[in-house]
Amino acid sequence: MDSLQIYLILAAILFSLGIFAVITRRNAIAVLMGIELILNAANLNFIAFARFGGMNITGHIFALFVIVLAVAEVAVALAIIINIYQNFNSINVDEAQQLKQ
Amino acid sequence: MINIVFWFFVAMTVVAAFAVVLSKNLVYAAVSLLVTFLGVASMYVFLWADFMAGTQVMIYIGGILILILFGIMLTHKIASVRVSHANVQRGVGAIVVLALFTGLVWMINISPWINEPSIEPVQTVETIGTLLMTDYLLPFEVASVLLLGALIGAAVLARKDD
Amino acid sequence: MNIFLQYTLLIYFLPLIAFGIQIFIGKRLPRQGDWLSIGAVLATLVLSIALFAGMLLDYNPDFKQNFSFTWLETTNFKISMGFLVDNITIIMLLVVAIISSASHIYSLKYMEGDSRYSRFYAYLSLFTFSMNGIVLANSFMLLYMSWELVGLSSYLLIGFWFEKDSASNAGKKAFLTNRVGDIGFFIGIMLLFTAIGSFSYSEVFAGVAAGKISGTLLTLAGIGLFMGAVGKSAQFPLHIWLPDAMEGPTPVSALIHAATMVAAGVFMMVRVFPILTPDALILIAYIGGFTAFFAATIAITRTDIKQVLAYSTLSQLGYMIMSVGTGAYIAAFFHLAIHAMFKANLFYGAGSVIHGMHHSLHELDDHETDAQDMRNMGGLRVKMPITYLAMVISSLAISGVPLFSGFLSKDAILAGTLALVERTHSHHLLLFFGFGAALITAFYMFRMIFLTFHNEPNKPKIFKHIKESPTAMLIPLVVLSMLSIFIFYTLPNANPISDQGWFTHLVEPQESLVPGHINPSVHEIEESIHHSHNPAMITSLIVAGLGLLLAWFMYFKKIISAEVWARRIKPLYNLSFNKYYIDELYDKILYQPFLKIADWVAYLDWDVYDKYFINGFGRVTEWIAKIVGIADYDGLDQGIVDSFGRNTNRLGGALKKLQTGKIQNYVLYAALAVVILLIIQML
Repeated sequence: MDSLQIYLILAAILFSLGIFAVITRRNAIAVLMGIELILNAANLNFIAFARFGGMNITGHIFALFVIVLAVAEVAVALAIIINIYQNFNSINVDEAQQLKQ
Repeated sequence: MINIVFWFFVAMTVVAAFAVVLSKNLVYAAVSLLVTFLGVASMYVFLWADFMAGTQVMIYIGGILILILFGIMLTHKIASVRVSHANVQRGVGAIVVLALFTGLVWMINISPWINEPSIEPVQTVETIGTLLMTDYLLPFEVASVLLLGALIGAAVLARKDD
Repeated sequence: MNIFLQYTLLIYFLPLIAFGIQIFIGKRLPRQGDWLSIGAVLATLVLSIALFAGMLLDYNPDFKQNFSFTWLETTNFKISMGFLVDNITIIMLLVVAIISSASHIYSLKYMEGDSRYSRFYAYLSLFTFSMNGIVLANSFMLLYMSWELVGLSSYLLIGFWFEKDSASNAGKKAFLTNRVGDIGFFIGIMLLFTAIGSFSYSEVFAGVAAGKISGTLLTLAGIGLFMGAVGKSAQFPLHIWLPDAMEGPTPVSALIHAATMVAAGVFMMVRVFPILTPDALILIAYIGGFTAFFAATIAITRTDIKQVLAYSTLSQLGYMIMSVGTGAYIAAFFHLAIHAMFKANLFYGAGSVIHGMHHSLHELDDHETDAQDMRNMGGLRVKMPITYLAMVISSLAISGVPLFSGFLSKDAILAGTLALVERTHSHHLLLFFGFGAALITAFYMFRMIFLTFHNEPNKPKIFKHIKESPTAMLIPLVVLSMLSIFIFYTLPNANPISDQGWFTHLVEPQESLVPGHINPSVHEIEESIHHSHNPAMITSLIVAGLGLLLAWFMYFKKIISAEVWARRIKPLYNLSFNKYYIDELYDKILYQPFLKIADWVAYLDWDVYDKYFINGFGRVTEWIAKIVGIADYDGLDQGIVDSFGRNTNRLGGALKKLQTGKIQNYVLYAALAVVILLIIQML
């Protein structure tokens, strides 16, 4: 039972859950976690395709870069979140409505 | 036997993912995220991506998750859990996500995947390293610059305004 | 061109030309143009005398000349107009010319200094022209046109001093009363036209003789024509305008209301006599007789000298009309001509007296006393001898005293009346009317003479300053007095009571043209008149003498007291004094209701029709406009046009809600979009 579809479906699950978290969660850090889930889902996809596509290492490389970027992004995001917390005393995304018309 | 282990890890990943998304307590969510990361790493192992599995554990769990935990700690209120954590979008969101998922699954099943034969490599590290230095040198350097930028940026942002 | 046509055209048009010039530039001519009008009328007089002389020389009773031209022609009918010149015409032309000339000359002094002097002469010329039109007409159309013109001239002249309300009202009264008569006149003319298809006398007469119109319809036509005479000749019940017409200047009264215009009615009756049925004739006789008697009874209580003469005219006109009714219509025409002479003379005499009174009052600076009231006169015989003589001669004439002209004509009329009674053995009332009026006439005429000229003056102060009138005013008096002597009418006979003069020879009665021989023939009429001539003459002499005697005793000798008798017959006296309250009666039963109807109609038009209907239109339009406005403004503009804006606004407002500012929402939208795309792919 080691087919490509399993991994892909698993990735799909992770992706959907990640989207759900981004959409639904009120805490900014929870949203960040959702983003991590999404990224992981994407990575899983890459690795799966690498394995079932003639062991193409390019997939691995790609996943590596994704991880790198994820790191950078989390670092900056957290900096921002901490800043927001210091300014507004809350990191409730519902309350960050400055873009509202 | 492998199948049981495999399915165990799959289940672990999925359940943890659900926990991340649905748990009201942020720290629980963070720990579940840790378990999710572990599950994904195990998937990598099953997929013969030894280097990636290691990288996953080290960086994601060791780096990102620590950062997240730091963030949680730094922004936690004394009286933490307040009213309702769910927002209005929950119902609609669930539907949309479900639809999305259904669409993805359907797409996965429909697609005629070409299954190329592949031989299990002894290790992938060497290959990855070589590729990084030859074919993918530019992205490598750019990535390093990016990291530098992120570093500086984060430092600037985290500074208290004078 | 025929000599008669030449003369006739000149006679007809010269006064019209004078009128035309006079009315427009008269004021700027030297002496205000009076010589123009006088010249025209004197030319008319000369031509009329020429025609008259020609007639006498020819001595032909059947003389008749007819000149016609087509005035209007359509496919259905043709109207022609023109002149008819026969002996009657010539005599009448002469009468009009004489009196008109007299009036023109009289006015030189009487109207001297008047502010509208030139206009007066213009109107006189207009009147002469119109009157000649009536005389010369040979068709009912021209007759009617000239008839109306004469009425217009009368209105203008009566109301000449229109600053006085009484004068302008009198003018209106004359015109309107005339108009009432003219309605009947026109109906009569139209009845004839409808039946016969022509307006000209000759064709109408021929048509009647041929039986195209007969029986009741012909009687009605005759009565219709008579109505014109009732109006114009002031018979009862349309007599009311004549006494009021004395508001006009005396020359006007003399010309129009004594001699010519009022005679036009009689003249017309004489012309149309052959087509009158017995029923019409009897009606005519009674109305005429009644008017004669009725007017005479009013005249005896008059104190204004001109009013006496006015009612006297009414009475004499009644005589003429009655004579037409009895069949002796030539006698009527005879009386018309003679009466014109002495009545005009009487008016000129009265005018002279009034002129003298005015002069005296002016010297005394008296503006209150009435110059025409006989109670302010008396004893004027010594101061105004010529005037006195003229008045006496004319009064003798009107009373029917032999040796004067009036005797001949009045005698003929009364003979005719008696003849009718003898023929039909009924209608005795007419005798009472005729002879009674003769008695009363003699009485009131000499009452007037005695009151004015005899006894002691009632107002010595005024009497002191009275003088005889200027020569220009005396000339007509002298001339007309001469014409009131019998001799002019009995030639070539010298017998003062002869009825065989040139007049009766030249003017012969015509046979009645009414079919069926229901009217007596000329022969029958003449026979009966011949029989009753002597009885009538004797009776009229007795009656006239009685009247004169009564006046003598009452006013000259003062043996019988007028006041005592007046008190004794007080109710009758009051009736007479108040003119039988006719004017008041008319006012109550005609004028007031009519005015009320007019008020009511005005109310209908003004307050109902205008207010509701016309204004209603306005209001309905307003209302419709309002509705349309609402529809346009609130409905269209606000509803449809604005709604575009408003809905866009609302849509925008709704869409605005999408921009929540929450990033998570945006992510949801993105996911949704992907889902949708997937679905589309699936399908």
